[in-house]
Amino acid sequence: MMIMKNSFIQFLLIAFLTSGLAFALGLYFPWWSIAVAGFVVGVFLRAKPGIAFLGGLVGLFLLWGGLSYFISSANHQILAHRISLLMLKQDNPLNLILITGTIGGLIGGFSTLTGSILRSIFFKPR
Amino acid sequence: MRIFFFFLCAAITTSLCIILDTRMLLPAPLGRLLSPQEGVWQNAEPVDANYNANLRLKGMAGKVTVYLDDRLVPHVFAENENDAYFVQGYLHAKFRLWQMELQTLAAAGRVSEVVGDVALNHDREFRRLGMVYAAENSLKEMEKDDRVKGECDAYTAGVNAYIESLTRASIPLEYKLLGYYPEKWSNLKSALFLKYMSYDLASHEEDFEMTNAKNYFTAAQFNALFPLYHDSIDPIIPKGTIYQAPKVHPIAPASADSAYFARDTVSAEEFNKADKDNGSNNWAVSGSKTATGYPILCNDPHLGLNLPSLWYEIQLSTPEFNAYGVSFPGAPGVIIGFNDSCAFGFTNGGRDVRDYFEVKFKDESRKEYWFNSTWMPTSFRFEQIKIAGKPDVIDTVAYTIFGPVMYDKSFGGKRAFSSKNYAVRWKAHDASDELLMFYLLNRAHNYNDYTNAVINLQTPGQNVVFADKGGEIALRTQGDFPAKWKGQGDFIMPGTDSSYMWQGMIPMDETPFQYNPERGFVSSANQFPADTVYPYYLGRDYPLARGLIINRKLREMNNISVEDMQAMQTDNYNIFAEMMLPVFVKYAKDSLLSDAARKYTGELKEWDKRNDVNSRAATIFYHAWKYLKDTIYADEYKNAPQPISYPLDFTVMESLLKDSAYSFLDNINTPQVESIEDIVAEALNAAAIDCKKLETAGKLDWGKFKDTKITHLLKQDALSRLHIPIGGGEHIINATKATHGPSWRMIVSLEPQTRAFGVYPGGQNGNPGSVFYDNFINQWAEGKYYPLWMMTAEEKNDNRIKWVMNFSNQ
Repeated sequence: MMIMKNSFIQFLLIAFLTSGLAFALGLYFPWWSIAVAGFVVGVFLRAKPGIAFLGGLVGLFLLWGGLSYFISSANHQILAHRISLLMLKQDNPLNLILITGTIGGLIGGFSTLTGSILRSIFFKPR
Repeated sequence: MRIFFFFLCAAITTSLCIILDTRMLLPAPLGRLLSPQEGVWQNAEPVDANYNANLRLKGMAGKVTVYLDDRLVPHVFAENENDAYFVQGYLHAKFRLWQMELQTLAAAGRVSEVVGDVALNHDREFRRLGMVYAAENSLKEMEKDDRVKGECDAYTAGVNAYIESLTRASIPLEYKLLGYYPEKWSNLKSALFLKYMSYDLASHEEDFEMTNAKNYFTAAQFNALFPLYHDSIDPIIPKGTIYQAPKVHPIAPASADSAYFARDTVSAEEFNKADKDNGSNNWAVSGSKTATGYPILCNDPHLGLNLPSLWYEIQLSTPEFNAYGVSFPGAPGVIIGFNDSCAFGFTNGGRDVRDYFEVKFKDESRKEYWFNSTWMPTSFRFEQIKIAGKPDVIDTVAYTIFGPVMYDKSFGGKRAFSSKNYAVRWKAHDASDELLMFYLLNRAHNYNDYTNAVINLQTPGQNVVFADKGGEIALRTQGDFPAKWKGQGDFIMPGTDSSYMWQGMIPMDETPFQYNPERGFVSSANQFPADTVYPYYLGRDYPLARGLIINRKLREMNNISVEDMQAMQTDNYNIFAEMMLPVFVKYAKDSLLSDAARKYTGELKEWDKRNDVNSRAATIFYHAWKYLKDTIYADEYKNAPQPISYPLDFTVMESLLKDSAYSFLDNINTPQVESIEDIVAEALNAAAIDCKKLETAGKLDWGKFKDTKITHLLKQDALSRLHIPIGGGEHIINATKATHGPSWRMIVSLEPQTRAFGVYPGGQNGNPGSVFYDNFINQWAEGKYYPLWMMTAEEKNDNRIKWVMNFSNQ
């Protein structure tokens, strides 16, 4: 029970920190700096690799999906209609948002996992 | 083991980043494009976007305030004249940067840099036409004039001030989609943009096509297919006008009949032929014919319809002048519009100012060519074409006394390479300063100012209409045109000596014009500028129909209101159908028609000759006419060399009206001689098959069949507006075709308090993620207008003002 609770807190913390750091880096650096964010959080936060992966994945899925959702809502989906037709060949703004989130999530998950494994090489988990 | 997993995960993460940042595996760099902080989401503007801004920028002399109204039209109030152009440059860039740059890349033959070698043919063709050479020549002339140089320098600085503020996240959408970054603006780019307009408006000729037609048909056939003049013509400057004796006397070379009018088949054809229908309507009626007693000026330029639109609406107000109208993103000033004293508008002159000369090189090196009995040295221009993802291509273009050798054995355009060499002499190659005309027109107070402004226009030749608050109206068929002997430049000319070259230009004081004519109106619709009494050769193939209907209406109208002019500018009456329909009615024999054809012909007979959006008969007529031409000429043209000219619609119509035994009617492949009844029946039966299919598909209504769309410059449906319900078409005042038509409609009533109206099919913001991207299109399609508000500084609290931008020097 305790372990589960700990893991959940770790997961939340990783998700929160990854998305926060990714957002901050995104203000100044190219889009792939989100991978750096995941990696750094993975290295510095203690967690099982599986938890780290999930935390990065969910964190960046929510960041990218959420940001694009809010931007697109304020835009009344004008551009999302056009871009989904252009890139997905279907008029589906929601799918475009989901794909955006998925890309962020994939990179978030794998970069956090990479950092977490590196950490486990140097600091053997108890 | 952990180390292995570490490397594996690191490799996956890195690969994901690389794959999503490039086009190596995916068709697009999805990570970069979809990043909400950097990619296309950043171009999704909130629908309630706030355009207020306080900007401190380098390069301004004083303060400028821009009031943006509810249609996002900027009203620019500048203390200093050049600051107004600085801010115009900034606004053009802010709302239209991508199209501005793309058009100049297209003009300069640099599209391959962006899209790869699919554009190589375009780029080579434009460079071989000498577009950059032409722009460089004009730039020198522009920068000689302090006024124009100051204007251009300020404009360029304004564009660059905006470009410098851009980041990867804030560049326009299209740069992200195509994967490149905007470069700095320059005065040369403005010159290139203006040359692009010259290409669009003053490059059309059919020299190769006509040479082949001349060679293929007998003299009698040729004269029947391509008469120099039409009976029904109503020239811009009316028949009966008296012209002074010419000061220039071009003389046809003695060898013309053998070396010129009788030539071999030729083979070269442009990839990008300027649209023959790039035309326009303009007219002005004097106070004697209007309800208010003051003149009204109207103009609607017909061009390719695109998004973002070619036009950008703007008001420029300084202590020296106050002008409102549409501008070209890419150039300073108001192009079509009005100021506090007068209004001005344009239609294309359509004169032939581009001719080809066949030159003879001494050898493969192209270093010398035979001219006036001696070997003359060529000069070379090395055109280095950069291609995205491929090595550069260097195209070496030889320049002769005529101009660049556009076609040679390395380039034949759409046709196979030919062993012949054709140099192009194009008036747009010459130095000229068209911006000075706009500069002066924006400041014009009266007819004299107008004339002094307009005579600076050399190329593209335009019919410039004018009206002022003093009650004067005028129209000049302006341009710097070669004085040609009859037939000069209609075909490819020999280029081995000077005898076929242009011998001089028509003096400016011999330009046909009208000033306060007794009939109370002036008008032009790209028809013949003057009748045959005019002492210079005017070339061929001017469209006739719109000029006829405009003049007929204006003659009949009196007590004219702005609403009358709006109705006229959007009128769908088809005068060509009015003239042609009697042929169908007279010769359609029921016994020769299919059931369907009888039904559709019945509808034709009942037709009100209006190409309204719901008209079925308009679609039927379109097909009947298409198949009639096919039936008449397909047999004669079957073995014709390519490219080749086809007769004008008016030529065919007049021939049929005059002569029911027109020699082309007979199908030369059948033993019997076909009568006009046979031909008409064949056409109607063929048309009926198409119409039946359309009816089944629910697309027989003219608007549905025509299917007007306004396409994004990248030709992507997702960024375009499709299926726009609008009538009109060729030969009609509302000249809206599928992708071409009235690109700006403007009506200005020059009362003491100006009342002006206008609309263009687009929106002020070029960003496809903005509500202002295409918000004028419905209004335009419905034939409605917006009031054009010439704002005064006292009206800054008016509720039409939505945002304010303050500019000052850093």
